[in-house]
Amino acid sequence: MAFKTDELKAIDNIIEKNKTSRDQQKSPLLPVLQDIQKFYGWLPEKALIRASQKLSVPLVSLYGIASFYNEFRLKPLGEYHIVVCTGTACHVRGAPLLVSELERTLGIQVGEVTPDQNFSLETARCVGTCAVAPVIIVDGEYHGKISKKEIQELVEELRKEGE
Amino acid sequence: MERIDSPDILTKLQKEAKKSQEGKESFITMCGGTGCQGSGCQKVIDKLKDEIDSRDLSERIGVKITGCQGFCEQGPLMVIRPEGTFYIKLEPEDIPEILDETIKNKKSIERLLYTEPESQEKIIKEEDIPFYKHQKRLVFKNNGFIEPTRIEDYFSVDGYTALAKTLYEMTPEEVIDEMIDANLRGRGGAGFPAGKKWKYCRMEEAEPKYLACNADEGDPGAYMDRSILEGNPHLVIEGMIIAAYAIGSHQGYIYVRAEYPMAVRHTKKAIEVARECGLLGENIMGSGFDFDLEVAEGAGAFVAGESTALMHSIEGKRPMPRQTPPRSVQQGLFGKPTVLNNVETFGNVPLIIMNGADWFKSIGTENSKGAKIFSLVGKVNNTGLIEVPMGITLREIVFDIGGGIPDGKKVKAVQTGGPSGGCIPEDLFDLKVDFDELSEAGSMMGSGGMVVMDEDTCMVDVAKFFLDFLRDESCGKCLPCRNGIPKMLDILTKITEGHGTEEDLIRLEDISNTIKKTALCGLGDSAPNPVLSTIKYFRDEYEAHIHDLACPAGVCPALIYYDVSEEDCKACDRCRRACPVDAITGEPGGDAYIIDNHICISCGTCIEECPFDAISVIPGQQQGSEKVKKTVEK
Repeated sequence: MAFKTDELKAIDNIIEKNKTSRDQQKSPLLPVLQDIQKFYGWLPEKALIRASQKLSVPLVSLYGIASFYNEFRLKPLGEYHIVVCTGTACHVRGAPLLVSELERTLGIQVGEVTPDQNFSLETARCVGTCAVAPVIIVDGEYHGKISKKEIQELVEELRKEGE
Repeated sequence: MERIDSPDILTKLQKEAKKSQEGKESFITMCGGTGCQGSGCQKVIDKLKDEIDSRDLSERIGVKITGCQGFCEQGPLMVIRPEGTFYIKLEPEDIPEILDETIKNKKSIERLLYTEPESQEKIIKEEDIPFYKHQKRLVFKNNGFIEPTRIEDYFSVDGYTALAKTLYEMTPEEVIDEMIDANLRGRGGAGFPAGKKWKYCRMEEAEPKYLACNADEGDPGAYMDRSILEGNPHLVIEGMIIAAYAIGSHQGYIYVRAEYPMAVRHTKKAIEVARECGLLGENIMGSGFDFDLEVAEGAGAFVAGESTALMHSIEGKRPMPRQTPPRSVQQGLFGKPTVLNNVETFGNVPLIIMNGADWFKSIGTENSKGAKIFSLVGKVNNTGLIEVPMGITLREIVFDIGGGIPDGKKVKAVQTGGPSGGCIPEDLFDLKVDFDELSEAGSMMGSGGMVVMDEDTCMVDVAKFFLDFLRDESCGKCLPCRNGIPKMLDILTKITEGHGTEEDLIRLEDISNTIKKTALCGLGDSAPNPVLSTIKYFRDEYEAHIHDLACPAGVCPALIYYDVSEEDCKACDRCRRACPVDAITGEPGGDAYIIDNHICISCGTCIEECPFDAISVIPGQQQGSEKVKKTVEK
């Protein structure tokens, strides 16, 4: 897994920018990981190794942060990324049934990607749109008061789009 | 935008902002908050803008896309002023008709109005709707009037006047005294008086001092901080500058959780504009006071809402809490004295400075002053954000504002305070909502989530839900929380699967008490609350799970079964085709269908499909096909 030239430049820029931020007291680790994830959509190992070398910190320190926060992903997402909110309001309005419905429909468990890389499924601990619970987010777009039937239709639609 | 070097320039800009809004015949405001986005408001907004352009109406008709207006349940929402006509559940197709009928002919369109569920009466104006009528909107007041990132809009509602008053007419000590007098208690949930916190920080000798705003709002079921930051970021910024002046800080941070991208965008934009106007940075409003703000983005960790953990996260590290004392006001960010307040707390500050402590004290109860924003969600008719005076009863909130429970169901409890809070049963609904009364009832104010639960909500399942959440989010630093929570979750899982014993309840209470006494931070401390409060008020449900092998609410899959009524089943075959696991057998047009409860996964699909309501959930075990074999206790 080698870097392309532009890619390496971008990653080095991210590291350099955060290393020399105006706030010298701040640790650059969290912002570096955030920016790398913004660049790739996830955290590839090679980028973490590069950051560890450039910042002179053990790789495990970066991994410690990356595995602690829910936002960081150590593998790429599917073409369509589906997040089911499982906050309290969504829970009492049937979110667990939506999760199992999606798991069945997509044939994957939460946290996995379909073999064709088309779909990935995650749950979130409250996305803060509780009034229109239950909520799922597909590629950043919020779908409120969603039913199992609508989920079926949505997945069907995305499958067609993906073909 | 002109640089504001003195209060006079601010006054001039405020006048200009007000005047620029006077020339229009009508003002259409549409909610662009995240809740309405979830109901598809963007398409309606695009259509509205297109129509206004193509009809060349932009000179006469003003359009504002505001932040969250609160009544998210009914979104997408529109208010047309000066008449105050309030339209709900809009579709793009409604826009031409609105422009023809309501704007041009001044007639309201019946089908887009809110219908009062009981009287079936159509209500035209926003303020006449019960959901709004019983509220007291202070912090939330301007959300429905302004475009969040347009500073001119904030000027038009006298924005930054409190800051001018602070910088030019008050000493830092006077600001602190006013705040202590007002007794504004921290809206993040713990309820520590903000004025006192500021005073303790100011007294510290170490320099520099930092200011931080907690917008991590991790409590599931609460989203008021999100809506304030998304809908009125300048209000929070103004509150923070006043606080910074009071404690003598020159650098502040707003820590926003990663799940709130719009809040991050709006806050960053507002900070940038405020800086351009000379309201942040050096020599604010020409007063000689310097203060700047930065947004720190979280990355998704519930524990990061704990004050010491939050500061570690701002420092770019893992959000692990540390032992207190020393308190953050002594050693906070980068080891320096730091004041950390919540978004809503800062949102109250400009109002107190403008109107005075006496005004603020005139609202609320003896020890909890002012109003509080709650997110009223779950099994209630009118869901959304409400701002109500402290001291209102839960009954008023659930029934007068919330309009009661959908589908004629019976209310069971209200969960407040998120994973740190507890469930309050219906017979305590007359207690007054303030910091002290909620704690006495075994719950807490928390950041303001109020999740209504009805007869179909299983309280054991709710306790399990919160522990599952907390187990995931425990940072793992201290043993009681790291090991105690999974242990409790195991026991609860056992109970919901039909293998619980009476001793399990004692064990749950035992572990709870140990965790409460010994955990390092607030997350662990309060983690047992959902379990303790549900055992206290809903012991009968636990006992039904343990002794009768039945989930009375019909939720826990092992303790319920599905049954087809022979009388009502018309053998239409819909359920059989819909069943994802082929648990249903029958012939179209033949006898009533049969569900094999060994195969059934209790997903509820057949119930949704059945047009005759012939399938129901029965608590307990089906004779002959028991899912749980109770082992004899020794």
